[in-house]
Amino acid sequence: MANPTPNPTANPTAMTPQAYLLARGRWHPLEIAFWLATLLPFILFPNYLSLASQIAITALFALSLDLILGYAGVVSLGHAAFFGLGAYSAGLFSKYVWGEPFSGLLVAAALAGLLGYATSFIISRFRHLPLIMITLGLGLLAHEVANSAHWLTGGSDGLQGVRTEPIFGVFRFDLYGKTAYAYSLAVLFIVFLCARRLINSPFGLALRGIRENWNRMPAIGADSRAHIRKAYTIAAIIAGICGALLTQTTNSASLESISFQRSADVLVMLVLGGAGRLYGGLIGAAIFMVARDQFSGIAPQFWYFWIGVLLVAVVMFLPNGILGGLSKIYAKWSRK
Amino acid sequence: MSALDTTASAGIALSTSGLSRSFGSLVVARDINLSLPVGARYALIGPNGAGKTTLINLMTGMLPPNAGTIALGGEDITELSPQARVKRGLARTFQINSLFANLNPLEAVTLAVCERRGISPRFWENIGVNKDAIEEAYDILTKLKLGDVAYQTTRELPYGRQRLLEIALALATKPKVLLLDEPAAGVPQEESGDIFEVVASLSDDLTLLFIEHDMHVVFRFATHIIVLVGGAVFTEGSPAQIAADPGVREVYLGKRHHG
Repeated sequence: MANPTPNPTANPTAMTPQAYLLARGRWHPLEIAFWLATLLPFILFPNYLSLASQIAITALFALSLDLILGYAGVVSLGHAAFFGLGAYSAGLFSKYVWGEPFSGLLVAAALAGLLGYATSFIISRFRHLPLIMITLGLGLLAHEVANSAHWLTGGSDGLQGVRTEPIFGVFRFDLYGKTAYAYSLAVLFIVFLCARRLINSPFGLALRGIRENWNRMPAIGADSRAHIRKAYTIAAIIAGICGALLTQTTNSASLESISFQRSADVLVMLVLGGAGRLYGGLIGAAIFMVARDQFSGIAPQFWYFWIGVLLVAVVMFLPNGILGGLSKIYAKWSRK
Repeated sequence: MSALDTTASAGIALSTSGLSRSFGSLVVARDINLSLPVGARYALIGPNGAGKTTLINLMTGMLPPNAGTIALGGEDITELSPQARVKRGLARTFQINSLFANLNPLEAVTLAVCERRGISPRFWENIGVNKDAIEEAYDILTKLKLGDVAYQTTRELPYGRQRLLEIALALATKPKVLLLDEPAAGVPQEESGDIFEVVASLSDDLTLLFIEHDMHVVFRFATHIIVLVGGAVFTEGSPAQIAADPGVREVYLGKRHHG
């Protein structure tokens, strides 16, 4: 999967600057192929649709991290806070208000966005190790809040009694995960379209500027902190949607959804797949989840050994992740 | 404040008053009082460690002063953030390239133009629909002879082109005052003239202050020279005055030309 980058070096003068920048946002055939392939599980793996649904949710979660890490260079080790907040708020909303899924998504998105906006004022002031430590701290804090609010979240027992109504009042969440996957995939695709637009926008360009050279940004009149606050809030909203999806498709919310493990896993997925490429998180999530499913069938305790090996190998040999490696090969191949 | 108001009255683009800064016991800027008239071409010279870059950092807000004030067009900007100063028309370039390595020149300059025009917060529209901003960016690039490399990744550009991109980024902010920190630093001598030709061709309304070590370049392009020694203004004057000043010859020129 290559980036949708035109090849302007062939004849740069042939394209006006505007046409060139517009062309960067155009769909690459491989992208269309990718999205068509996401429909294959319905036919090829009808017994694995629940897993496919979880992959779609996790992929979206990785995408939300990519917006801040891959594009703005903000490393977070506490991104699960927003996922967990989304998961619990969707669960509580369906338990105590009503079980219509889309309104649950909206509520989760709004609450996660509020928390994201509030914390973004802290986040945007720091960089590098202090930033990682602060996001880690906030993540641990969120986990402990969920853990101790037993009366609300069920603590370590998880939130019980969540019931999600059929989508549009018609499509019931079935045992095989058919509805779940269709629902998760549809939300993934819609949010992906928004994220894709965002990275091709003036704002997306500003985020890349922040990633490329934080120090130069003020010298061109840019308020990087305001940009980061906004990006962080958007990423939090998307993470909240992911949490809500997981709750709605599994009818439960647990502490696992807000754990440090989830924050770390999503970072690993993004790095494996390749940060800053929009599809990196999606592919990283798919590889990670499928590998976990397969390996844990063999020896569950041993599973992180292989992720460790894979992570070290990818970072050593493919600094831009698996997708970065593939796109290099693709670029070489298409030039021939 | 009142002192500033009076000095800023008649066509002064940028002025400093009592600007001072020290790191512990090391004084890097000592009571600096300068005023740059609109459209001036000032050179800032001085031996290594004289505090030339520090002065630019103080003026642009990248380093807060211990004392003194800075005024842009008569308005006190001492308390403003670096980006707020840029928005008011005070731009700078860097001695060591500070570019966006993985963006191409078109993207980088478009980014700066978008920031100035206030459209960079727009996350909902394709960058490509902003025709005016993109064309403005491209015009700046062609003016600086970077049109043919507009789509090449910055990282892969020849060094001299990267120096020009430094200036292009600053110009994209539409500055009233432009501070150039050794614009031709590291460029072979035969090419540094090209960079200064570009600098010389900039609009007459633009007030320029540049740091430069090559005295031929300084005397050729500057209308006024400030000599900085040990963080303080040693002397200032027209190129002819500076060339004739025996003190300057001793601290600076002498070492270079006869040493």
